[in-house]
Amino acid sequence: MAAYVTRRFLLMLLTLFGISVIIFVLLRLVPGNIVDILFDAAGFVNPAEKAQIERDLGLDQPIAVQYARWIGGYSYISEKPALAEILPRIPITARLAGLALGFSILFGVPLGVISAVRQNTALDYLLRILSLSGLSMPAFWLGLLILMGFVAAFGTIPIYSAEPKSFWDSLLMYSVPAAAVGFRSSALIMRLTRSSMLEVLRQDYIRTARSKGASDGTVNYHHALRNAILPVITVIGIEAAFLMGGLIVTETVFNIPGVARFLVEAIRGRDYPIVQNLVMFIAIIVVTVNFIVDLLYAAFDPRIKYAD
Amino acid sequence: MHIDDYNAELTRAGAHVESRLGAVLFLARRHPLGAIGAVVMAVFVLAAVFADLIAPYDPLTVTASLSLAPPSAAHWMGADSFGRDVYSRIVYGARISLAVGIFSTLLGSAFGIVIGLASGFLLGWVDLVVQRLIDILQALPLLVLALVMAAALGPSLENTIIAIAIPLIPYVARVIRANTLTLRELPFVEAARATGMSELRIALRHVLPNTLAPLIVLATAQLGSAILTEASLSFLGLGIPEPYPSWGRMLSESAAEYVRTAPWLVVFPGLAISLVVFGTNLLGDAVRDILDPRQRDG
Repeated sequence: MAAYVTRRFLLMLLTLFGISVIIFVLLRLVPGNIVDILFDAAGFVNPAEKAQIERDLGLDQPIAVQYARWIGGYSYISEKPALAEILPRIPITARLAGLALGFSILFGVPLGVISAVRQNTALDYLLRILSLSGLSMPAFWLGLLILMGFVAAFGTIPIYSAEPKSFWDSLLMYSVPAAAVGFRSSALIMRLTRSSMLEVLRQDYIRTARSKGASDGTVNYHHALRNAILPVITVIGIEAAFLMGGLIVTETVFNIPGVARFLVEAIRGRDYPIVQNLVMFIAIIVVTVNFIVDLLYAAFDPRIKYAD
Repeated sequence: MHIDDYNAELTRAGAHVESRLGAVLFLARRHPLGAIGAVVMAVFVLAAVFADLIAPYDPLTVTASLSLAPPSAAHWMGADSFGRDVYSRIVYGARISLAVGIFSTLLGSAFGIVIGLASGFLLGWVDLVVQRLIDILQALPLLVLALVMAAALGPSLENTIIAIAIPLIPYVARVIRANTLTLRELPFVEAARATGMSELRIALRHVLPNTLAPLIVLATAQLGSAILTEASLSFLGLGIPEPYPSWGRMLSESAAEYVRTAPWLVVFPGLAISLVVFGTNLLGDAVRDILDPRQRDG
């Protein structure tokens, strides 16, 4: 086990290093650097000034030096350290992501179980169509529809504020966009719970339990669900890391100043140090979550032993 | 292989079908949701192919007097801020959406197949390098990687296709590799090797055809996510550039301010995206049930 964990950990570091190189190279391919954009906006180009700014930003250095310096680099736009720009935005996105994940588990798992237990009934079909539409709707459109609903019902749209008046205000402020993000994940979790439950319900030991006279409730929830939940936990873990896609568009729609929207702003503004650090931040989260899920898998499932 | 599956499916269900049309109708009855998905997809494909005939107006013609006109008999989905007919733009938008979806899925699958086959067949250092590359590409969410790719390549139709295709590669490569690893140990591959067949020929003639079923299942699933990713990229202004009528782009133009003033600009493009992806998802589920009996629900 210790050998396995060490190996996995080293591979994780290798993956992160690879990502940092790939992102760095990709961003150097971008047509037009930040200086061109600044000067386009100003409308005229003084070559001496342009060279001065390129020197200030370190863009005249060799590529290898630029690579070595990017971690902890300074934002081209605000000129603050990248980490100082990113860190204060993390709690906002983390709250949103946490709520979204909470929603998706709260709805996804029970509805998936119901759908499986009532397989091929009208309720099952309804839930399946609902979950499939959740996977088909772009998260930003769902967000826009929610805004539209607010206009129709209250005449205004919920506006993000940095200092909500009370706990309930802030809960409401976060839960509306969180629902828009979480709908997709809950659909995914529901579908997975359903197929995992159906798989288990076909097993021989379930038939044995039924033939011994165990009640439907005991069989479904004691025997089946406990075994069906394992693959679901894996997907919940991976989904948690991959919520980012939904967060990017939802933070944009709802005008929430979190890290996800910041990534889009930084890409648009060619603010390389911010983009690189943000992408690394996202990669670290994904890779760490995958690592933890692997270990949890071993802890939950006694059949899995890592011995190499 | 898939023809066998198809017949096996029919015989298993006790069907006696003679014609191909009969077989299609039979499958449609057995998978009603899949049939609905196929019909939805067919409608969008027809709209894309015959956009010139179906759209009542030119999607790019700017008419100042029609700016933000609400839905009416002449413009039944209204007009955008430039006075362009929304319905015509949605019909033409099917071309963009399907072209990006289909071509990026094909491109991603093609690279994924080559990489996956090479990795699973050659093993050794090729496999090690490929495995690490897959790890790297899969450590970033699809949209994040596509965003960075799109920014690096610059906004254009071709670049958007590439930006979406690259994040799809590792998913295909993984499935093909896993399949290749299983297949290469099977007796029929051993037999082919014993007859002196070259490794490349074995890979192409024996292994590849047998990974077709999981590949089709995966590709149908990816078509939907490719279309959604295009919509998101264009919504964020980093995908399809003006003046192409991309559905995602139409929503970014209208975005949050039109929620209040011109809801038709928000509702219809989003409905088009959702419907076409819903169609691919329904179809994808049915294809999976038919080709991959292990994952069958019932």
